[in-house]
Amino acid sequence: MSKKPSATIEQKPAANAAHGQAPVNASLSKGQKIELFRQMVRIRRFEERSHRAYTGKNANGGSNIGGFLHLYNGQEAIAVGCCSLMGAHDHVITAYRDHGHAIAVGMDTKALMAELYGKVTGCSKGKGGSMHFFAPARNYWGGHGIVGGQIPLGVGLAYGVKYKGNKGSAMAFMGDGAVNQGAVHEAYNLAALWNLPCIFVIENNGYSMGTSQARSSAGELAKRAEGYGMAWGMCDGHDVYEVRATMDKFIRRAHEESKPAVVEIRTYRYRGHSVADPDNTYRTKTEIEDYRRTKDPIQVFQATLLAEDVFTAEAAEQIDEAARAEAEAAAEFADASPYPTVEDIQKDVYWESDNPTERKSEGRLFFN
Amino acid sequence: MPLIEYREAIRNALAEELTRDPNVVVMGEEVGQFQGAYKVTKGLLEKFGPTRIADTPISEAGFIGMGIGASMLGVRPVMELMFWSFYSVAFDQILNNAANVRYMSGGQINCPIVIRGPANGGTNVGATHSHTPENILAAHPGVKVVVPSTAYDAKGLLKSAIRDNDPVFFLENTILYGEKGEVPDEEYVIPLGKADVKREGRDLTIVTYGRPVIQSLAAAELLAKEHDISVEVVDLRTIRPLDIDTVLASVRKTHRVLVVEEQKPFCGVGAQLTYMIQAEAFDDLDAPIARLCTIDAPAIYSPPVEAEQLPNPQRILKAALALLD
Ligand SMILES: Cc1ncc(C[n+]2csc(CCOP(=O)(O)OP(=O)(O)O)c2C)c(N)n1
Ligand SMILES: [Mg+2]
Repeated sequence: MSKKPSATIEQKPAANAAHGQAPVNASLSKGQKIELFRQMVRIRRFEERSHRAYTGKNANGGSNIGGFLHLYNGQEAIAVGCCSLMGAHDHVITAYRDHGHAIAVGMDTKALMAELYGKVTGCSKGKGGSMHFFAPARNYWGGHGIVGGQIPLGVGLAYGVKYKGNKGSAMAFMGDGAVNQGAVHEAYNLAALWNLPCIFVIENNGYSMGTSQARSSAGELAKRAEGYGMAWGMCDGHDVYEVRATMDKFIRRAHEESKPAVVEIRTYRYRGHSVADPDNTYRTKTEIEDYRRTKDPIQVFQATLLAEDVFTAEAAEQIDEAARAEAEAAAEFADASPYPTVEDIQKDVYWESDNPTERKSEGRLFFN
Repeated sequence: MPLIEYREAIRNALAEELTRDPNVVVMGEEVGQFQGAYKVTKGLLEKFGPTRIADTPISEAGFIGMGIGASMLGVRPVMELMFWSFYSVAFDQILNNAANVRYMSGGQINCPIVIRGPANGGTNVGATHSHTPENILAAHPGVKVVVPSTAYDAKGLLKSAIRDNDPVFFLENTILYGEKGEVPDEEYVIPLGKADVKREGRDLTIVTYGRPVIQSLAAAELLAKEHDISVEVVDLRTIRPLDIDTVLASVRKTHRVLVVEEQKPFCGVGAQLTYMIQAEAFDDLDAPIARLCTIDAPAIYSPPVEAEQLPNPQRILKAALALLD
């Protein structure tokens, strides 16, 4: 988004207006629609601010953020659309491109930014970093660094929901590259065999690092569900209405019939794989620009809401200003927060060493 | 002698062996078109073509297992793991298949595969990406484990690894990739299982390998300048086969040993070393063997704190002074 979104809109409302008429969208109040928009904008601004922090220097000339930073720009409608459908017993787990889902489930951006800065005020006390955000109280189970490793966990969440007799589901997110991990296929089979309410969501942004889908995957991705007798669906990820309409069907089915499904959502990432990716070997600048110009999820939804008379261009701009200010405040908070101490390194390793008065086991837990 | 980067030394070893032996192939995630996640394989696709330099999907169990199978037929695959940390996805292939097939077939089947990639902390990539599995790998008879600390060693050892008829696991370091070292233009190989005395000294032996070699050399320099202490630094280079003789010779000279490793302490390489040193050179020791490891917890993300969790010259210096006290 440019500074003045209203001046640069080229997007039209989403091409298929039918999705806006789907009951799950038609029933939204104006306020709820604006909320969807606001969440997407907050994610975009958070990501842009974290990118600036990553490439910039702190007061001591050092880096603000270490390690990897995988940005979600371009994919916002997926996390926001999916997480907006969560009820009390719906759970989410994803890979390392996890900031969007974290914001969409309602995590505090100050704690997220502080985590990126490695500060003790971060959502994981500075221990996890960008790839490892968690908020179990919000049914958000991470943030996982090993490609595909979170998918069996997602099946486990679905198992837990069912075992406890709750009407709920687990949405297990992965990329188009992750579908080729063996663990994913084992998880598919288990979910189908045991009728677990797990929805496997493939965020297909066309590339796994520098490898296009055609160079990494045989056959169609979502269709692999058929091999396990699972239902599957596919949709575009730049229209938040379409994401919601598609996911709603499968989430209801999971709730009512405890059935798993694979849903492939076509999307695009604007930034390199991580900020360290020079992004010059596998796609063209034009390809990126074309998507941004015609399918930017925020611009598309803004145009939709303007056409629906849900809000005015000025209101959209105010939301954007507020999101920038929020991201800036998050960075200031992160910058001003202290780092963990060396003593903190050995905390949060064992429940028993963190709760020494309740310890039952004997013997030495740590070594040097 | 030309000064080249550690990553370039590895690249040159690959290129020379690809040229020398048509059975050598290089495979892994992003090794071709993307030029390598850490640019180690840069230019190889262009030079050797897609049959010899192959990009794989993100399927470590699948492609590592495929490499092991191909090696049984005499192909010599050099498989890149983007990070050694991802070996866990392929653990069964590595430990049940690569390590055991020769034994279980009564010596009929060889497995001349090389698996290489970085294994280190220090770049704030968190607990899932910072494993240093040399001890876990070396615990399995049938495999060889190499951890080079310099460009020169990396090149000579990788060439030997590729020519070796057993599975060799080659653990590099993302922080060392950009370090330059002298590497001759002429061809050379360094046999596996030969330690190298990187610095001679009289008062204390530091036994180490990988990036801690560089940190120990920095600490040794400080100890010489500021404390008039003369430190010998022994770089193991290969963990299995292990050149214990070079270690013992140094112990017999200095009578004091500090083991430094970027490992968690429990059952690490240092534990094996200290057992062997006390068993074979007990009477030569003037003090209990000391050990400096990574602080015993999963890798913390927070950048300044991770630097303190790992060995670093200051921590090594302190441990050396404590030992000599
Ligand atoms: C087991 C494992 N192998 C390799 C990697 C390195 N890696 C991280 S992300 C990635 C690409 C994944 O692409 P995709 O699944 O499409 O997700 P996207 O990054 O596009 O969101 C790779 C190869 C890893 N983290 N874990
Ligand atoms: Mg992708």
